[in-house]
Amino acid sequence: MALITFTNKGIYCAQGGFYIDPWRPVDLAVTTHGHADHVKWGNKAYLCHELTKPILNQRLGPDLNIESLPYNKEININGVKVSLFPAGHVIGSAQIRLEYKGEIFVVSGDYKTEYDGISTQFEPVKCHTFVSESTFGLPIYKWQPQEVIFSQIKDWIADNHGRSKTSVLVAYSLGKAQRLIKGLSGYTDVYVHNSIANLNEAFINAGVDLPETIRISPETKKEQLQKGIVIVPPALADGRWIKSLQSPATGICSGWMQVRAGRRWRSADAGFALSDHADWPGLLSAIRATDAEKVFVTHGYTATFSKYLNEIGIGAEEVKTQYGNEEEEEKAEISADAESKIQEDTA
Amino acid sequence: MRRFTELIRQLEMSNKTNDKIAALVDYFTEADDLDKPYVIAMFTGKRPKRPISTALIRQWAVELSGIPEWLFAESYHNVGDLSETVALVLPEAKHLTNRKLHEWINDLATLQDKSDAEKKESILNAWDSLETQERFIFNKLISGNFRIGVSNKMLVNALAKQSDTESSKVMHSIMGKWQPWEISYEDLMAGAHVNTDNSWPYPFCLAYALEAEPASLGAVTEWQAEWKWDGIRGQIVKRNGELFIWSRGEELVTDQFPELHFLVDELQDGTVLDGEILSVKDGNVQAFSVLQQRLNRKTINKSQLNDAPIGFYTYDLLEYEGRDLREEMLEKRRSLLVKTISGLKTANVVVLSPVVDFASWEELALIREGSRDINSEGIMLKKLNSLYHSGRKRGDWWKWKVNPYTVDTVMIYAQKGSGRRANFFTDYTFAVRDGDQLITVAKAYSGLTDKEIKEVNSFVVKNAIEKFGPVRTVKPELVFEIAFEGIAESKRHKAGLALRFPRISRWRKDKKADEINTLDDLRQLLQSTL
Repeated sequence: MALITFTNKGIYCAQGGFYIDPWRPVDLAVTTHGHADHVKWGNKAYLCHELTKPILNQRLGPDLNIESLPYNKEININGVKVSLFPAGHVIGSAQIRLEYKGEIFVVSGDYKTEYDGISTQFEPVKCHTFVSESTFGLPIYKWQPQEVIFSQIKDWIADNHGRSKTSVLVAYSLGKAQRLIKGLSGYTDVYVHNSIANLNEAFINAGVDLPETIRISPETKKEQLQKGIVIVPPALADGRWIKSLQSPATGICSGWMQVRAGRRWRSADAGFALSDHADWPGLLSAIRATDAEKVFVTHGYTATFSKYLNEIGIGAEEVKTQYGNEEEEEKAEISADAESKIQEDTA
Repeated sequence: MRRFTELIRQLEMSNKTNDKIAALVDYFTEADDLDKPYVIAMFTGKRPKRPISTALIRQWAVELSGIPEWLFAESYHNVGDLSETVALVLPEAKHLTNRKLHEWINDLATLQDKSDAEKKESILNAWDSLETQERFIFNKLISGNFRIGVSNKMLVNALAKQSDTESSKVMHSIMGKWQPWEISYEDLMAGAHVNTDNSWPYPFCLAYALEAEPASLGAVTEWQAEWKWDGIRGQIVKRNGELFIWSRGEELVTDQFPELHFLVDELQDGTVLDGEILSVKDGNVQAFSVLQQRLNRKTINKSQLNDAPIGFYTYDLLEYEGRDLREEMLEKRRSLLVKTISGLKTANVVVLSPVVDFASWEELALIREGSRDINSEGIMLKKLNSLYHSGRKRGDWWKWKVNPYTVDTVMIYAQKGSGRRANFFTDYTFAVRDGDQLITVAKAYSGLTDKEIKEVNSFVVKNAIEKFGPVRTVKPELVFEIAFEGIAESKRHKAGLALRFPRISRWRKDKKADEINTLDDLRQLLQSTL
């Protein structure tokens, strides 16, 4: 019997009696990171990285049964050695390493290989079997270094300031928002939506060194926002609140912005290809660095990417999961109340 | 090249006309003088002959990127644009340069007669000296097919603003005959070349669709009604013994319509007619599908001349005895047009498009119902005191079309969109019933709200039967009403017919798949239009 199997509840380790990132309630959910498509409410117990714990408490509730670990510390669950390694995706994101009778499995969740200045950098882990995402598993996705993208974003903000426009950046509350805050700190005042401010607070309480931001409140003047920069989650991207700002210009930060059709489909004024997922070279180098004999490809361009891996001599297989909808999930989570809340907040 | 790439980036990043015009004005103020006429030529569709085939470009890109051909194809499918796909998959450029746009274009022109090996060397060098966005532009230069969402009108407005010239003059000038290597930007704006050019057409006056009730237009006595013909808008120019026929796409189509060439002998010099190129047989306007056989052909055979003879239904006179009439009122222009046409010796080929008499809006609405019977699309309404405007101007000319045809179909295939839409099934194929079979009749996307797209998407995911590459066969269950403008015989389609401009008009959640239309219904419709 294989150490892990793919079931209709998630990635299952029978020997350890736990699931990794299950999408239905189980007894023990080992959690790679806090995005809504990887962690659900309703599990009896959670195991995650120390910095993911505050996110789960923030997003799923304060009374969860959560055990947390630092990176690189091994624990034993029913004979299975379990340890966490940095995935570089967002703060606290982890690859889950499982070892049983000399067999090593690594489930990487979501990851990126470039250091983003705020999440612990991705660390390749040698293993026999590697479970990889493939969100951007096509050779058209090759990211520019983040400093290049940040200088583009700053040019755009400067241009907007010159034209008295309000710069609004659209970014996931968890991950992209903190990355932008770090990258733009000291350049201009950063105003953030409640959902982002709440997560930032949780991180700061957990000891993460985050630059200062300003929570948008009913007192915040539109003129102040115009002179600074506004960061909002995707749920608000096309909302009325943005339209109420002084000549708003929206910029979307996402890997999908690499392609012109992606930029056009979203009715944004600017698109920046800044992603928290590995690009094509990143996926290939990460997989090669594991020395894995077998790769399971989960969400993304699964069929294409696994076909290519097989062609270059890496045994790969596509697996159906329910991951890969972080944006939609986050939308569902926030949009219910976000728009109305921010309306009330700023009315 | 960098400045031009920046322009394209700005044009793509905004969907607001004012931003685009501002970006164009900035460009034509700052760019290299020699580059400017090339950019104008490119944006107005004056394209040089393609120096290198798509197949070669693709082959070299695959070779250089080191990916297998199938993976390139998969990438292309996701990007939806070959030039862009090539730009994205190539390895990073090692020897960046900043050459001028016109230098690149001229280099490409010289490749025309070179061997494939020489072409390859030149293109590979270019790719290695341009960063990704510039490469994309460069690849577009090779293809000559630059569609960037800048309409002629928008370009003209920007140029007029930048050069402080009247926009109708700029429109004249850039629509005339000129080559970017022969003319300076200043001369082009000043229109230095057009005086010696007999062919230049006037910018067409265009109409907006009438959404409101016609009664909102006021008194019927202020309006002239005509049939709206479903053909090719054309302008016939006769000056200094030469005849030119322009289509609305600003193409010279003189050679395509020999039936109209008699006008070179019968029209006075200094005459410009505006009207519709149609297929007219025995005095009856034929369906657009008949005219279609005559379009974009290099040679025309006897049976085509016989089956689809051309006529010209004229409704406006833009130049009379060499005088620009556009500042005259419609009434005046029409009376001179009547005089001009009555002077023709050859009868029944170039005719006046009749004025439709009506005493009330209600009466006109009734008349309009009969449009389809004479292969008309509805009614044109023109204010009697209107001038002939350049382009679209709200208020004076309206098209009041009849409602489109509709057919109830069932979705049988779905395909994912490209780029960001790669996550959603957005392109659908629809079928009608033929006995116990389903026969494809249309492919369409859009027409649905984002919410509906998501709903359809989840249906496709749950009900996919088979997978052919990016295409999914789905359970024939969802019924959509498809609107279309016309129907034509087609040997290429299994159904034996093809719909014109099909789009989703609504999702018929109230209907089941066994309630859709049949192929016979469509065949009958086809027969009724012929």
